[in-house]
Amino acid sequence: MSKVIKIKRGLDIPLLGDAEKILQTPPRATEFAVKPPDFHGLVPKMMIKEGTRVKAGSPLFFDKYNEDVVFTSPVSGTFTELVRGAKRRIMEIRIMPDPEDDYIDFGAESLSAMNREQVIQKLLKSGLWPMIRQRPYSVIANQNDTPRSIFVSAFKSAPLTPDMDFVVNGQEDDFQAGLDVLGMLTDGDVHLGIHADQTMSKAFTEAKGVRIHRFKGPHPAGNVGIQIYHVQPVNKGEIVWYADVQDVIIMGRLFRKGIYDARKIVALTGSEVMNPRYYRIITGAQINSFVANNVRSEEGVTPRFISGDVLSGEKIASNGYIGFYDDQITIIPEGDKPELLGWLIPTIDKFSVSRTFFSFLMPWMKYRHNTNIRSGVRPFVITGLYEKYLPMDIMPMQLIKSIMINDIDMMEKLGIYEVAPEDFALCEYVCPSKIEIQTILREGLDTMRKEFS
Amino acid sequence: MKAIHNLLEKVRPNFEKGGRFEKLYRTFEAFETFLFVAGNVTNRGSHIRDAMDMKRTMFHVVIAMTPVLLFGMWNVGFQHYKAIGMEVDLLDQFLFGLIKVLPIIVVSYASGLAVEFVFASIRNHEVNEGFLVSGLLIPLIIPVTTPLWMVALATVFAVIIGKEVFGGTGMNILNPALLARAFLFFAYPSYLVGDDVWIYTNLQEGQQLVDAFSGATPLAYLALGEVEKLPSVLEMFLGTIPGSIGETSTLAVLLGALVLIATGVGSLRIMLSVVAGGLFTGLLFNIFAVNPYMEIPAYYHLIMGGFAFGTVYMATDPVSASQTGTGKYIYGFLIGVITLLIRVVNPAYPEGMMLAILFMNVFAPLIDHYVVQANMKKRLKRMQTAEVKTT
Repeated sequence: MSKVIKIKRGLDIPLLGDAEKILQTPPRATEFAVKPPDFHGLVPKMMIKEGTRVKAGSPLFFDKYNEDVVFTSPVSGTFTELVRGAKRRIMEIRIMPDPEDDYIDFGAESLSAMNREQVIQKLLKSGLWPMIRQRPYSVIANQNDTPRSIFVSAFKSAPLTPDMDFVVNGQEDDFQAGLDVLGMLTDGDVHLGIHADQTMSKAFTEAKGVRIHRFKGPHPAGNVGIQIYHVQPVNKGEIVWYADVQDVIIMGRLFRKGIYDARKIVALTGSEVMNPRYYRIITGAQINSFVANNVRSEEGVTPRFISGDVLSGEKIASNGYIGFYDDQITIIPEGDKPELLGWLIPTIDKFSVSRTFFSFLMPWMKYRHNTNIRSGVRPFVITGLYEKYLPMDIMPMQLIKSIMINDIDMMEKLGIYEVAPEDFALCEYVCPSKIEIQTILREGLDTMRKEFS
Repeated sequence: MKAIHNLLEKVRPNFEKGGRFEKLYRTFEAFETFLFVAGNVTNRGSHIRDAMDMKRTMFHVVIAMTPVLLFGMWNVGFQHYKAIGMEVDLLDQFLFGLIKVLPIIVVSYASGLAVEFVFASIRNHEVNEGFLVSGLLIPLIIPVTTPLWMVALATVFAVIIGKEVFGGTGMNILNPALLARAFLFFAYPSYLVGDDVWIYTNLQEGQQLVDAFSGATPLAYLALGEVEKLPSVLEMFLGTIPGSIGETSTLAVLLGALVLIATGVGSLRIMLSVVAGGLFTGLLFNIFAVNPYMEIPAYYHLIMGGFAFGTVYMATDPVSASQTGTGKYIYGFLIGVITLLIRVVNPAYPEGMMLAILFMNVFAPLIDHYVVQANMKKRLKRMQTAEVKTT
């Protein structure tokens, strides 16, 4: 057995609402949407007009700056509405689904008969390419690059995230097929990060054609960025690709069955969910197909719906759509009520990493955490705190400050290529100055990307 | 709660744009957020945030200062009645100190906060909580005899020159409270140096100083080489000696340190390294002792003067201290070393804590610079090894 990589710094935020291991198939959603903002930095160009009939796998739009990257419909139906936001930015492409899916046939061929170029073309044409993302910058990979290696994390560690062992159950062959596809894309290794104690599924522990690394420790141990750092950090000029487990499964299906079968399993979690459990849905589904009637209603409490986890997910409406990369819906209460002397009174219902609340005396407690910020934004004051929640040899405060002053040379030297906003999410969570660290880091990544493109 | 909230909502329009007191909006906001944690929710990034905030951080430092504050008040009374030879009970001693110290605190807070509010309005940002701590630190590190107008002047100077010119809390280079003291120290030395300033000895009719009275601090005796006049170790540890209001009691400082360390608000790393630096230098002096001062046990330095107070409350100020982990060790250690150098070797100043911390405040960015450079170099080296491997 390979040696266990122990992640020492980090934090598991104890939240209520972990999903029970029950898998249900809700009724088919009445509407689906593909959301271009899910893909950071993308400028979409529409390929079809409203009213067009589409099949699962039909192209909808492409990347203006990389025209080969197309985005396809996850279901068959009718493209009903194009929703635009500020500055006419395309926010949603809404699709009214047919009762049954009709798939475009991309052909099921044996992988061994294909070369790397053909594999890439197939992924591009089917709209699965965006599932492969890259470091640096944490954006969709460029098909013209050759990555040093490819990483897949087989467990998640953010609060309330789904159990990948449970998710992969019954789809082991698809997952292995997907790993084989990834293996075609790099001359280097495909690395699979598993949890040293909790990963049991043979799909992960006995995966073929990959190098398995065993991790242990609190969040963000499951973040692919942290795993890359501990296996082989990204140096300047290097490119590493990564994909999520469920996306690897969908890729596997494409090569085994020849279709874009966009079914995935999502966990419905959070303190405001009455029965948190798992649902088998199609990506882009309107969430009320499985969320409705399962949300706790309490007078004066507004629920917040998040596609993704509480640290890095996207806020959506109660009838919003699950994001392309997300396999979790989290519902927590909004914290929109003022609180008398709330900063002073030592209550027991709040979680804090600081020992000025009682939560450190009650490690068994789980919290109904709301979305209150608790203070206005302040400059950096407390030091030595952020480092405790970033298990990398990177100086988080210095890096964020270098981004604030837009010092490109400094950002590079401080290791901006190795990080993504999600890796800094805990720093943002604990920040007593309430600085929007993930947003600032994203700005820094955008600056670097622009500088070198 | 509802009633207070409604009242705030009722007067709010007066402070908003176009209202009668538009210019005071930031002041209003400061009071409002003091009373209520606003119902503002996250809209970018992490959806949840730790319950800790700046107000609570600063408030815990204030809690940590209460032992020294209460002891300091009592000691003011105790020293006063001792000087005039009157026997009174503990409560009277404390009350005397309270009456003398409270006005200093009020003046310090009032003048400092006034400046803060003005700058928050001009710059249009929220009032920062940092002064909650500075406002109490200033009274604790000056003699009880300091005239109130001087307290106000020093505070205003410290807030403007020490903090606001750099952009406010979090941007300052020097510790504002220490800057206030340094300002007084150099502008009005006769009020901050000498044997007559530490004890309140303005006599009322019928009172007179006891024979052989001296208001000299232990450090003053040592500077003159009068080692035999030092108070006992116990007295120095408990703090029943003359000195600035809050600095005398090592015991009370330790209680405060306990609060800071337990809550994680103060940096244990800095505290330990200051003590290490002090003890190290003290022992060096012992080894190479050429005069009685250098012969005193090294640990004496920790319980005399402002060493303990400065270590726990001043050196640990996260903004003006070194901000990197390794940097904190160097920063703290050098404070300890320089303090003792000034005390023992330099003939001009009996006490070195204030100057040592201010000096290291200035050097903290330089220390950090080298620590950050080391981190960068490591990364660069890693890249070069990777390149060698691939070629």
